[in-house]
Amino acid sequence: MYKYLLCLRYLRTRYIALASIISVMLGVATMIVVNAVMAGFINETQVRIQGFISDLVVESHSLDGFMAPEWHMDQIRRVAGDDVVGMTATVQVPGMLIFSVNGKDGAESITRQVNVVGIDDATYASVSDFGKYLQHPANRERLSFDLRENGYDARDQQVENGEERKELAFAGWEYRRRKEAQAARLRREAHTPLDSVPPETPQAEASRIPDNLLAEESGAAAGSPSAPTLDELVEDGGGHNPFQGRRWQPSEGEASVFDPAKQQHPGLVMGIALPSYRHRDADGKVQTGFLLRPGDDVQLMLPSAGNNPKGVRGYFTVVDFYDSKMFEYDSSVVFVPMSQLQELRGMFDRATGTTYVSAIRIKTRPGVDLVALRDKLRAAKVVSDDPRAADAPLFPPTVFSVSTWRDKQGPLLAAVEMEKATLNLLLFLIIAVAGFGILATFFMIVVEKTRDIGILKSLGATFWGVMGIFLSYGLSLGCVGAGFGLGLGLLFVRYINEIRQFVESRTGREVFDPTIYYFYDIPTIVDPLTVAYVVAGAMGIAVLASVLPALRAAMLRPVDALRA
Amino acid sequence: MLTTDRYAAVMPLLSARALRKSYFKARLEIPVLKHVDLDVFPGELISIVGQSGSGKSTLLHLLATLDRPDGGEIRFEGNRIDNLAPAGRDILRNRYFGMVFQFYHLLPELTTLENVLMPVMIGRGVLSYYASRRRYVARAKELLELVGLSHRLKHRPRELSGGEMQRAAIARAIIAEPKLLLADEPTGNLDRGTGEEILELLRNLNARHNLTIIMVTHDNAIAAEADRTVRLFEGRVEVPVAMAVDAA
Repeated sequence: MYKYLLCLRYLRTRYIALASIISVMLGVATMIVVNAVMAGFINETQVRIQGFISDLVVESHSLDGFMAPEWHMDQIRRVAGDDVVGMTATVQVPGMLIFSVNGKDGAESITRQVNVVGIDDATYASVSDFGKYLQHPANRERLSFDLRENGYDARDQQVENGEERKELAFAGWEYRRRKEAQAARLRREAHTPLDSVPPETPQAEASRIPDNLLAEESGAAAGSPSAPTLDELVEDGGGHNPFQGRRWQPSEGEASVFDPAKQQHPGLVMGIALPSYRHRDADGKVQTGFLLRPGDDVQLMLPSAGNNPKGVRGYFTVVDFYDSKMFEYDSSVVFVPMSQLQELRGMFDRATGTTYVSAIRIKTRPGVDLVALRDKLRAAKVVSDDPRAADAPLFPPTVFSVSTWRDKQGPLLAAVEMEKATLNLLLFLIIAVAGFGILATFFMIVVEKTRDIGILKSLGATFWGVMGIFLSYGLSLGCVGAGFGLGLGLLFVRYINEIRQFVESRTGREVFDPTIYYFYDIPTIVDPLTVAYVVAGAMGIAVLASVLPALRAAMLRPVDALRA
Repeated sequence: MLTTDRYAAVMPLLSARALRKSYFKARLEIPVLKHVDLDVFPGELISIVGQSGSGKSTLLHLLATLDRPDGGEIRFEGNRIDNLAPAGRDILRNRYFGMVFQFYHLLPELTTLENVLMPVMIGRGVLSYYASRRRYVARAKELLELVGLSHRLKHRPRELSGGEMQRAAIARAIIAEPKLLLADEPTGNLDRGTGEEILELLRNLNARHNLTIIMVTHDNAIAAEADRTVRLFEGRVEVPVAMAVDAA
């Protein structure tokens, strides 16, 4: 009883000890904040990676892919059963994105290396939450590769009070028609005497129109492409093209000239960082400028399939932007309809009409052990009535790789996890250092209280009784320190974005630069278990630090203590 | 044993035989107690006097088991206590001995009442103390009333005068109803009048409650108030001539 009474009194009268646990408090608060922010980062990243890759991927090693995706999906269903909730085939291929912008000397062609992903717009949504990162509300509901009239978000809708994207306010068919009208006017003026053309068009829209692109477009539409299209190649070899008739073809009675004001090329969704650039305006605010907007046309240059790849190219119309906030994807990925890609690259068998795909993406039921399912798929055998096909490995490792999303992004996640572990270790060392502060303060208190310890012993206090006073004192100091640290840390996490804004407004320095992180708010997740570990660790250190002084107090000989 | 048989009717409450104790200063042995024999009988008020350095405080500490003798033995109610394990000494000090010091030795963080309750708190577990705390508090208040401090229950020691602090210390010493009260210069730090009051209080406790008291003092006038006076000189008990002859 007296232990707790004295411990309580010491707690209330020895402010020096409270000062010594401020470092414990700060250590605990920092650890909570760091863990919450790191967990937030990891979670955001994981969600985006998983959203892009889906849960499991069966890929072919070859750019040419493998054939008969439907048969493979059927086999996967037989192996995995109910664990699979969605499946889609995709085609991935590196390519070159070519588009024109207005440069220093008029139109300038920009070429970028991209990863072209062909997706099946009907089933892709079943494995990926790709849709929610798009900029048109209707596309977020259901993706369509047809250009929308207008209505793209003029403001980043994924974050509260997101940045303004004024170019997107005027996009879609509305923009395409106006652009085409101006291009037509420019073309007309090009045929009139030179002196009637103003040297610079003040209007941004007009100056953005690249003449050479338009010229090429009209040339391509007129039927004289610079690279051979696959239709020609296919027709040469005879056989059957399963995509025949799917592309835009001049139908009966329609003008055989492609009219950009009324017609579009196949749709294309590109990562938002590809056509955009970030800069600071005069007020120092981060602004995003767009070189392209939905309604513009671009070219894709791709290697054709087969063992003698050639460059093939096709025109596409940008229909939306993909903004996952994950720079790696936003700056490299271009989505196009899978059938277009297969046709362009010749990923089909002329004799049978079966198609080739590069990967099958699988979404699993929540809670499924992905690693186990992956291993099951790796070991699976073909199920077939035909004895010649049965029992062969379904996905021989020489041709296929089966991986979970975690396998695909392992190094990144491992790096972040390691960073988190290192930070935790360092911060825990800080708390340990604080422990030595407690140790020193406690020794001081024991020396100061030597006579009181003697009195207690003369009244019959035992070794463990005296020990208990200082151990419980240490524990209660640890509780106070960890408690305040917990409160401070949680408050900090709760208001971290307000604090960031305040610091930014005071210092004028960007603390969390969205041009680097592509997040507008600092994401945080407070994991109760981690918080519990941190608090328990801090209290443990406080108790450990008080063991030595407590031992010293408990081992004092009563006479010596009384004489002090 | 011969002694025990002879005094079987009145067994000493506390007896010391051939006590020796030395201190070491820079490896030099300084004998403080050379050979001390002492018997304290129940109900006695004994004073131990001697010049400073004669070893009287050391003797009291040995008797109170706060220190261990280098030689000899101490018996309490016939049982040896000088070689008890620490746990046994703690119980002995808590239940059977009360102690009063020259500098009062109250705990500065606690109120008068809490200081008085301290031995009970030490002796009981949390639950057993909590269960009967009303009884203990009532008892402590009673004792504080007895020593004349009922108006100072909530005061901290530094708000009390020297005499008041010593009264509180006496109340603390007797709350566990000890058999023996050991007082180390209880009046040494007080003026004459206050000292007299404290002494009166101790005599009262001795007479009315039959409490055995061993009191160490350097003041002959105060020592004279005791039933019996033991003089220490250079680490030995000064034996009166008549008794020495008797013993021989």
